[in-house]
Amino acid sequence: MAKYIVKRVLYMFFVLLIVTTITYFLMHNIPGDPLTALVMRLPEQTKANYYAKYGLDKPVWEQFLLFLKGIFTEGTMGESIRYPGRMVTNMIRRYSASSGLIGGIAIGAGFLIGTMFGVISALKKDKLPDKILSLIAIFGVSIPVFVVASVLQFVLTATFPILPTMGWGEPKHTVLPILCMSLSPLATYTRYMRSSVLDVVNQDYITMAEAKGMSFGMIVRRHILRNSILPSLTILGPNIADVFTGSFIIESIFSIPGLGSYYMTSVTDRDFPMIIGCTIFYTAIYILSLLIVDILYVLIDPRIRLGNRE
Amino acid sequence: MNQTNLSDDLFIIEGCSAAEGDKIGRPQTTYWKDAWRRLRQNRLALLALVLLIVIIFFTIFGPSICGYSFEQMSSDMNKAPSAKHWFGTDSLGRDLFARVWIGGRVSVIIGVVGAVITTIVGAIYGSISAFAGGKVDSVMMRIVEIISSIPYLIVIILLSLMINDSGITSILLALCLVGWCPTARLVRGQILQLASAEYVTAARVLGVSSWKIITRHMIPNTMSVIIVNLTFRIPGYIFSESFLSYVGLGIKTPNTSWGMLASAAQQNMFFYPYQMLFPALMIGLTMLSFTVFGDGLRDALDPKLRR
Repeated sequence: MAKYIVKRVLYMFFVLLIVTTITYFLMHNIPGDPLTALVMRLPEQTKANYYAKYGLDKPVWEQFLLFLKGIFTEGTMGESIRYPGRMVTNMIRRYSASSGLIGGIAIGAGFLIGTMFGVISALKKDKLPDKILSLIAIFGVSIPVFVVASVLQFVLTATFPILPTMGWGEPKHTVLPILCMSLSPLATYTRYMRSSVLDVVNQDYITMAEAKGMSFGMIVRRHILRNSILPSLTILGPNIADVFTGSFIIESIFSIPGLGSYYMTSVTDRDFPMIIGCTIFYTAIYILSLLIVDILYVLIDPRIRLGNRE
Repeated sequence: MNQTNLSDDLFIIEGCSAAEGDKIGRPQTTYWKDAWRRLRQNRLALLALVLLIVIIFFTIFGPSICGYSFEQMSSDMNKAPSAKHWFGTDSLGRDLFARVWIGGRVSVIIGVVGAVITTIVGAIYGSISAFAGGKVDSVMMRIVEIISSIPYLIVIILLSLMINDSGITSILLALCLVGWCPTARLVRGQILQLASAEYVTAARVLGVSSWKIITRHMIPNTMSVIIVNLTFRIPGYIFSESFLSYVGLGIKTPNTSWGMLASAAQQNMFFYPYQMLFPALMIGLTMLSFTVFGDGLRDALDPKLRR
């Protein structure tokens, strides 16, 4: 197990390096650069000085090597070009807190409630609860997050003013964003759980457990849940990435000072150090969550061995 | 006891003859006919199919029905839906009925073309990987693994900025460059599973040629998986497009799409909610219909998976 995790972490650094390289060169091919707006009206010499200061006059590969050197020798990802003085690592630390809070709660709630809904839906197959929950699930899967956000914002703040429209800092400000962001994971887990529970309930060991006189609650907890949760876990990793996707929009709709909206601003500003910093951060979290999911697999299903899973 | 002599000629076989014994009475069905029959019984899937046909019909003919051009501005700004402007007008006085369907054309084209291209590329890649096996297979799969561990949205954002044009091509290219990986995995898995199936082994033992095994067993049996995967990917691409256009990175003016319309409406949401209603409704309905239809198609094409 330890050997496998070490191997995976090394692999993770390899992937990070590749992603960083790709992003770095993609980024420098985008029309415009961080200084375009700043140097527009400046004389040639001043312009050249600015480019020299940030090393943007050098060939891209040389800038890339300098950037890598900065990471490995000083552990820094540089400073924002657009807003001098803002260190990339500090900004990520500051902005990721609110994104992490909302995203974490949203995906946690979505996973728990979705799993519950899925089990109920499967156990009451074709009855009223199943129909209602399946309907919610299919709506949740197919309605884009920004539509949900706009509608909820309209209904809950304008028509029935019980929640604040936007703002940040108090718990009541997090309710609406969390609600919007948890809907899609909730729906996905309901659908996955429903179909995998349906597979499990007809198995012989469930009949056996019933015959032994095991209580219904015990059967659900000990046999059904444990055997049917694996497919849901598979998508937990990619789902964490979806939360980022959602956060780009949700944070801008609700004006939350989070990493998603900050990343989008960096992209429009062409603030190279910020773009690359956020990309590395997002990729690292994504790969890390895939690794955690793989470890969870083994903990839940001892039949699976780490390392030789195809 | 008086036993009556019953001779054979007293008995005649009524209704069929010995010659007809081997005849198949029922009309012969094929796999696709069977699938269509199962699909027809699924009312929800049929409803979704009809909805899709209606939506596609309107994205093709809608803009010419209402008599307005989608770019034509007028002094009727922010008007609510009426007999003159069926879906109302936007803040520049443009007819929303025309705009919603022109936008839908873009969204649906991106969804369908994107899904078809990535499915074809993924299927070819996956089957090459599965047939080649060994080192080639593991190298090809490592590549897929690396591409899938990149958060795809970041790549799409950067790519769509790099290939900077206002039309469909850049966004389609960006979506396709990263979108083929899941299909490649799926097809490879399916082919490997088939290759070890008993009936394929039986065919081999009987001396059926590899080519015939591929055309008779491999392709038909992977086809259903690929088609179902295709229908599920279309809503995903429609969503990605609308997301990108919503944040201002996808389709750009003068072109429009559902995501862009929703984005424009979001700014006037509190004053003119109807501007949000139609594009949002269309995105939702289209994605919903593709999902429901995909569900039905899966059940119809692969009855073993029926839930």
